[in-house]
Amino acid sequence: MNGKPRIGVYVCHCGTNIAGTVDVEEVVRFAQTIPDVTVARNYSYMCSDPGQALIVDDIEKMGLNRVVVASCSPRMHELTFRKTLNGAGLNPYFLEMANIREQCSWVHEDSIAATEKSKRIIEAAVVKARRLEALDQKEVDVEPATLIIGAGIAGIQAALDIADAGFKVYLVEKSPTVGGHMAQLDKTFPTLDCSACILTPKMVDVANHPNIELMTYSKVEDISGYVGNFDIKVRKKTRYVDVSKCTGCGDCASACRQAGRFANEFDEGMGMRGAIYLPFPQAVPAKYTVDKESCLFLSKGKCGETPKCLEACQPKAINFELEDEIVDFKVGTIIVATGFDVFDATLKPEYAYGVYDNVVTALEFERMVNASGPTGGKVVMLERGKKKKKKKEGEEEEAPKVPESVTFIQCVGSRDKSVGNEYCSRVCCMYTAKLAHLVRDKAPDAEVTVFYMDVRAFGKGFEEFYDRVRREGVRYIRGNPSEIYRKNGKLIVRAEDTLTSTPLEHETDMVVLSVGLCPRTDTRDVIDLLKLSQSSDLFYLEAHPKLRPVDTASDGVYLAGVCQGPKDIPDAVAQAKGAASAAMIPMASGKVKVEAQTSIVDETTCRGCGFCVEVCPYTAIELVEINRMGWHVKAARVNEALCKGCGACAAACLSGSIQQRSFKDLQLLPQIQALGVK
Amino acid sequence: MAEATKTAEATKTDFEPNIVAFLCNWCSYAGADLAGTSRIQYPPNVRVIRVMCSGRVNPLFIMNALQQGADGVLISGCHPGDCHYMQGNYFARRRFNLMRNFLEYVGIEPERVRMSWVSASEGAKWKGVIEEVVEGIKSVGPMDSFKRRQLNW
Repeated sequence: MNGKPRIGVYVCHCGTNIAGTVDVEEVVRFAQTIPDVTVARNYSYMCSDPGQALIVDDIEKMGLNRVVVASCSPRMHELTFRKTLNGAGLNPYFLEMANIREQCSWVHEDSIAATEKSKRIIEAAVVKARRLEALDQKEVDVEPATLIIGAGIAGIQAALDIADAGFKVYLVEKSPTVGGHMAQLDKTFPTLDCSACILTPKMVDVANHPNIELMTYSKVEDISGYVGNFDIKVRKKTRYVDVSKCTGCGDCASACRQAGRFANEFDEGMGMRGAIYLPFPQAVPAKYTVDKESCLFLSKGKCGETPKCLEACQPKAINFELEDEIVDFKVGTIIVATGFDVFDATLKPEYAYGVYDNVVTALEFERMVNASGPTGGKVVMLERGKKKKKKKEGEEEEAPKVPESVTFIQCVGSRDKSVGNEYCSRVCCMYTAKLAHLVRDKAPDAEVTVFYMDVRAFGKGFEEFYDRVRREGVRYIRGNPSEIYRKNGKLIVRAEDTLTSTPLEHETDMVVLSVGLCPRTDTRDVIDLLKLSQSSDLFYLEAHPKLRPVDTASDGVYLAGVCQGPKDIPDAVAQAKGAASAAMIPMASGKVKVEAQTSIVDETTCRGCGFCVEVCPYTAIELVEINRMGWHVKAARVNEALCKGCGACAAACLSGSIQQRSFKDLQLLPQIQALGVK
Repeated sequence: MAEATKTAEATKTDFEPNIVAFLCNWCSYAGADLAGTSRIQYPPNVRVIRVMCSGRVNPLFIMNALQQGADGVLISGCHPGDCHYMQGNYFARRRFNLMRNFLEYVGIEPERVRMSWVSASEGAKWKGVIEEVVEGIKSVGPMDSFKRRQLNW
């Protein structure tokens, strides 16, 4: 305590956001009657410079020692006003916020009720402020290293930026290669840059950078600690290949008895691979991986006399005895760049994906038009799941048919409440324009049609590109198809042209579903590790939608790329660079402030039962022996570096001996009393 | 008799309950903020105390609120598995269940004390929870069992 409480109450109008509903004059008159309130004022914008100056001025001239700001949510401006107090020489923890905007004026239209509720909220804040205590905010050193989860374009870019700035980066990728979805793409819109040409040099860079430790085919298993000092545990899954010996020659893959029998994930299942494989020729690292499930030796225990790959491998890199490796390390910051899954088109049964061979997703089509893809870049009709006939002597292989018409369907899994995705995926309009252009390029005789709801060509160069594609003869029909069926060997798309109100049945050879971007199916894994929140679209939630788009609610944890919400490559790269610079702030300063609202034990009343020790999720409390007037007794003691200030211990304590600073029983009970009053 | 019932019913409908809510900072308080940002309207009967974690809520706070004049208490935290502090909401849930058994035992209607999971993105759910809680408490009427009565000797 710093003497008798002298409390200043500042009621913000927030323009008309608060003052439009709450009678601020009336609220101020009421606040002046609360005991210990020295001054109560209202002002149009308390967070503005003159608003903050009012507080500073009163602290200096009137000797205020507690401040209550009745304005927006403390989640919005608590830090702002704490800094104001600090600037005026008052401990920043002598601030209490009364949230009369988000939880009052914005949610109640009734002016009288909102004004009454504001009074209660402010009184509760004042009685709590009366009992606030000065807290000491300690600083700890920051480990100058970053963990980046996911090595798609966002993770790669963030890793390169941070590593170039001189900090250590641990880049962890789940699949055997870096590159993510961007590596699967053929061209990028709207410039038609070759995706591989701009991505692969960066993939090589992350593998070779002296400051980057790349861990592919690895999974983060555990994260503990806090900003500045996270302890990380990573499982490096075994590839059954000694990467230091593997030269990436590929002899093993061609020798594998299972070669060409399994769908290659990288080719969206359109290309085939064996049990030992490289996802694609430019994979980084260029090291082969044995897939445990499909390897005869690992799954059945027998692969002929000896596995053929063992015989084929000259450098003797394959070793079925190899086991997973667990790596532990420390980092100061973490960037989550886990990306997305494409929408599962089978959830829209009316489009018959998986029923008809030539209904494909856009990502499958992307692989098809890619020169290094399963069809060598040719647009051809597919015969899926059909085993190739053995070639007879002298018989020529039948050339696959080129489709005479290709039809795109937009918004598959986006802007569609029936599948629970209300959002726009932001990339489909433009990737469709790009793919339509590529069809024009590769199958010039094919007719190209796009069924769309709206075309959103909002980015730099997008509208121009869309215009160009239309001029190239791509037909756009506004209408959301209701059904696809087959008739006389052709696919029929049933739709309504909503611009002319004409129902139509469009005949085509191939349908491309422009599937949207969805949160990954393993989204929960990262939530379990880091306790991230999700927004209603189930992507990870940023700390503030406008002003903190790369931060999360957890200090030292940042988001980059589509894991935060759908975005195209330049946006993902921009966000990655933002996340990288945000992560470098604590690392560059070298110090970070830790939680001050930690728990504290009154050793004179603690009975040493250890209930608090048991409930503490951070093992921050231990029982120590103390000398209490000659008696050696046990009492709880808090390690403040580990305490994160949840208060679970305070609720468990039978004698009220352990309390959470700023949320003590004696600070909350008066609040309850003030709010209980009718 | 019939008239008495009518009056009782009239009091119930006119009655505006006063509810004290304990919200965790990371999920439910953020969810309530989101309801505000989205301008979702809900009854003004709930007054909020922010705690860092629902695990901070001492069961005696519920008793205390009811004694101080509140007609009901709401505790809201992160969904199971989403707690910012790993396990706090589980502690809250266990304590709450034990406390509610006790409150029922001493004759307090279960409608008065509620627990909910509201995440930072569930502004609309927050409105629903409030409406349900207000309706539930309206149906059981004002809380006066714990209040000191004026006795006329």
